[in-house]
Amino acid sequence: MSLTISHRTVGDVTVLDLSGKITIGEGSVQLRESVKSLLENGSKNILLNLGDVSYVDSSGIGELVHSYTTVKNQQGQLKLLNLTKKIQDLLMITKLLTVFDTFDNEADAVASFT
Amino acid sequence: MEATQNDTPGQADTVIEFTIASHYRFVEMVGSVADQLTQLAGFEAENIDWVGLAVRESVVNAIKHGNQLDASKPVEVRFHLTDEKLLVVVRDRGNGFDASHVADPRAPENLLNPNGRGIFYMRTFMDDVEFLSHRQGGLEVRMTKRRPPRNGGC
Repeated sequence: MSLTISHRTVGDVTVLDLSGKITIGEGSVQLRESVKSLLENGSKNILLNLGDVSYVDSSGIGELVHSYTTVKNQQGQLKLLNLTKKIQDLLMITKLLTVFDTFDNEADAVASFT
Repeated sequence: MEATQNDTPGQADTVIEFTIASHYRFVEMVGSVADQLTQLAGFEAENIDWVGLAVRESVVNAIKHGNQLDASKPVEVRFHLTDEKLLVVVRDRGNGFDASHVADPRAPENLLNPNGRGIFYMRTFMDDVEFLSHRQGGLEVRMTKRRPPRNGGC
């Protein structure tokens, strides 16, 4: 499996620990389904931990954007934790660092949810 | 524009070419070839990653947008490494498109669009990217990355 996703709850925040690749096809679909499932269960504060994500393509970046807008449209918040250098570069050159709230410390990230 | 370039390899050039069916499971295989070739050619680690990403994006586009996920349609891939550069050519069997009309994903109105970043990444990470109509049909994408100064390698 190209991407594994595990859930844990920290206070009012659901942390998704992602490991592997977020690419067209399986990885992007898994992320979409996970976020959709959380929203259906009433979890609207979502933190994506990307520290163990080894590779993301444009489809994966697009899925992060889709997840962000889907959560926001349901009055929730989706934020990013532990960006790798490569993911940070991909977000920066497409100006998406201006869209996402990003953190390199989980406690700070959790505390930022209102 | 029509593909007319002469790619006749020189004696010391490395040429790798193969054909895949239009299925995503082959993308990583093509990407792995790119990774190994750029590594052998002495590219810096960061550029190995970025060239690999551009190649993978190009193959995904050929499968998805060019061949419309029709597994019976081939995608042809050609790596041509010379002393000066790496040329990667990816050809699909689609109807082509006008690359000049690709929207800028950084524009405020496009920032939240989940699509439309693949070609931008290809253009960002390669030195030159051309989209050409192949005279026998399909779209041909030609991407070039200049090699770093040589001190060994192939």
